[in-house]
Amino acid sequence: MSILVNRETKVICQGITGTAGAFHTKACLEYGTKMVGGVTPGKGGTKDANGLPVFNTVHEAVKATGANATMIFVPPPFAADGIMEAADAGIAVICAITEGIPVLDMVKVKAFLAGKPGVTLVGPNCPGVITPGECKIGIMPGYIHTPRKDAKTGKSVGIISRSGTLTYEAVWQCSTRGIGQTTCVGIGGDPIKGVNFIEVLDLFSKDPETDGIILIGEIGGTDEEKAAAFVKQNVKKPVVAFIAGRTAPPGRRMGHAGAIISGGEGSADSKIDALRGAGIGVADSPATIGAEMARALKIAV
Amino acid sequence: MSIARSTPALYRPAMKIHEYQARQILSDAGVPVPPAEVVRTPDEAAAAFKLFSSPMCVVKAQVYAGGRGKAGFVKLVKSADEARDAAKFMLTHRMISNQTGPEGVPVSVLIVAPGVDIAKEYYLGMTIDRARNTVTLIASAEGGVEIEEVAAKSPEKVLKLPLHPLMGLQGYQAREVAYQLGFKDKLAAEAAKVMMGLSKAFLKTDASLAEINPLVITNDGKLLAIDAKFNFDDNALFRHKDIIAMEDESQEKPLDVRAKKANLNYIALDGTIGCLVNGAGLALATMDIIKLHGAEPANFLDVGGSVTADGAIEAFRIILSDPKVKGILVNIFGGIAKCDLIAEALVKAGREVGFKLPVVVRLEGTNVDKAREILKGAKAELPTLQTATDLTDAAKKVTAAVAA
Repeated sequence: MSILVNRETKVICQGITGTAGAFHTKACLEYGTKMVGGVTPGKGGTKDANGLPVFNTVHEAVKATGANATMIFVPPPFAADGIMEAADAGIAVICAITEGIPVLDMVKVKAFLAGKPGVTLVGPNCPGVITPGECKIGIMPGYIHTPRKDAKTGKSVGIISRSGTLTYEAVWQCSTRGIGQTTCVGIGGDPIKGVNFIEVLDLFSKDPETDGIILIGEIGGTDEEKAAAFVKQNVKKPVVAFIAGRTAPPGRRMGHAGAIISGGEGSADSKIDALRGAGIGVADSPATIGAEMARALKIAV
Repeated sequence: MSIARSTPALYRPAMKIHEYQARQILSDAGVPVPPAEVVRTPDEAAAAFKLFSSPMCVVKAQVYAGGRGKAGFVKLVKSADEARDAAKFMLTHRMISNQTGPEGVPVSVLIVAPGVDIAKEYYLGMTIDRARNTVTLIASAEGGVEIEEVAAKSPEKVLKLPLHPLMGLQGYQAREVAYQLGFKDKLAAEAAKVMMGLSKAFLKTDASLAEINPLVITNDGKLLAIDAKFNFDDNALFRHKDIIAMEDESQEKPLDVRAKKANLNYIALDGTIGCLVNGAGLALATMDIIKLHGAEPANFLDVGGSVTADGAIEAFRIILSDPKVKGILVNIFGGIAKCDLIAEALVKAGREVGFKLPVVVRLEGTNVDKAREILKGAKAELPTLQTATDLTDAAKKVTAAVAA
């Protein structure tokens, strides 16, 4: 099993005729994702370079193709609108790849989604979601992943990350050690976003095929501290983490109000202490995430 | 408590503006702001003093960095001549404070404002609360001081009110906060009006931070916003041409300005190893692994996913223009960014500037095979270039090369 997406998932691309949308639609098709069409307002009725039908609206696309997932490459000024359109059309899994959406737009999106309980938003500003060997929705390079059935160690893990490229790093380190991946979820680096660590940890924790979980965080906010508390209470599987930014010098001042909101939390040390306190193995180097996971899964090296 | 420590600001820079511009935004939103003249020469400062016919005025340098008062760039003056002298000093010296670094920042604009007799000071602020996914109003009757110290020592003295994500601050909420802060009678209504104005200005400008500190009651019973600060969400600047026009590039480091123009997320640091990485998380992790291997990064640089060839070449130029850099580590795990594009930029940059320093390249991900071919073909041209098989190998090679 996997979480969120699998070989049955029917995917559309919003912004399919743009440069990035077209490039990654092709890459997803080549990976084996069931791409069923795309949306670009004004280009409805045409076909994209791969022969996929293009629609004017997400509603039309869903009606014609039965799509239940979308990847969004809509430019930042219109991306929040695209997310709400997808949610309104009944799309269950929305992967917003777009980087640079205004924070206040995301505040509105979150309020809108509160009234749509069946919708899972992943991102924005994220690589997307992949269930290796079955369904790739997003910009991650497909070849670095290992489907569960091909895992030489017989073990597979779920990966959750705030950072796109660090997710690839963790995936690659697992793959080269014979550890497969059930699903990898890039939750994105924006302050206001869709699913967070806890929701995804819960899904992985309940997935019988996921043997362990890798959590990749970075400095700022308190999401990792909350994830640590959740793991301590609810997750019985081995969890391994890495926090980026341990050596980062103090960032640019954002003024007083930001500090009052986030309090003293948010530093790498605070996160690492919280994670270790919850029994989670924290890798000291970004190059040892895979090794740390192998050890936690008791895989002989 | 350090705010720097608790903010993810490394990769989310916020556009700043000057105090006089922040005062204008507040004034436009109906917040009472005391009169002030914006001046650019010592003579204008003297004229402004005469204009106010007040026994005392304050001359304030307009700079993005804090620590003005201690640096001597906020001065009380009692005559037109004193105003002229203060202005002359500020306009001919760079301001150096604990927030600017030893090189300081230039001063080209000042404000002159009549002195205000302050009876009591308050703090008002607005920002995004990421844990609650909404905008939050922050208020305290202990204004004029470092508000984070108040929050740390006596959190009960700082009110935090999460606002409705779509409706923003409502009148009843503002009145409630005003009464809780201890405002009475007519002043309570006026304080509520100030909060409504602050909220309106925050939402209208896509701010990431808006502060009035202090908001004061004067001895003659008036409510005035004395100092104001606004930061803006960079992601939203596309719909605020008027705010972009306020930006003062002289307040930023020249390399930061160049990086911004090339759409690069760059922050200069103190070490010797230049880093060129895609993705903020991987860029932070690359700095971490350099340090783990005993060296120090010279910069944080995330080229972003949609980097162009020109952007990547400019990234190399920016790294190389830092005289502290003794070696470069290129770490690209291509997703939306393509490895071949970075490899081409590397070769082109090498041709243009001639790499005299060791350059260690680690590439993986989208179009990596193409990229490896490109680097192989350029081997003779780039003798100082080494390729690495993984992250640890890359860190080892670059730290060894710099130590040698």
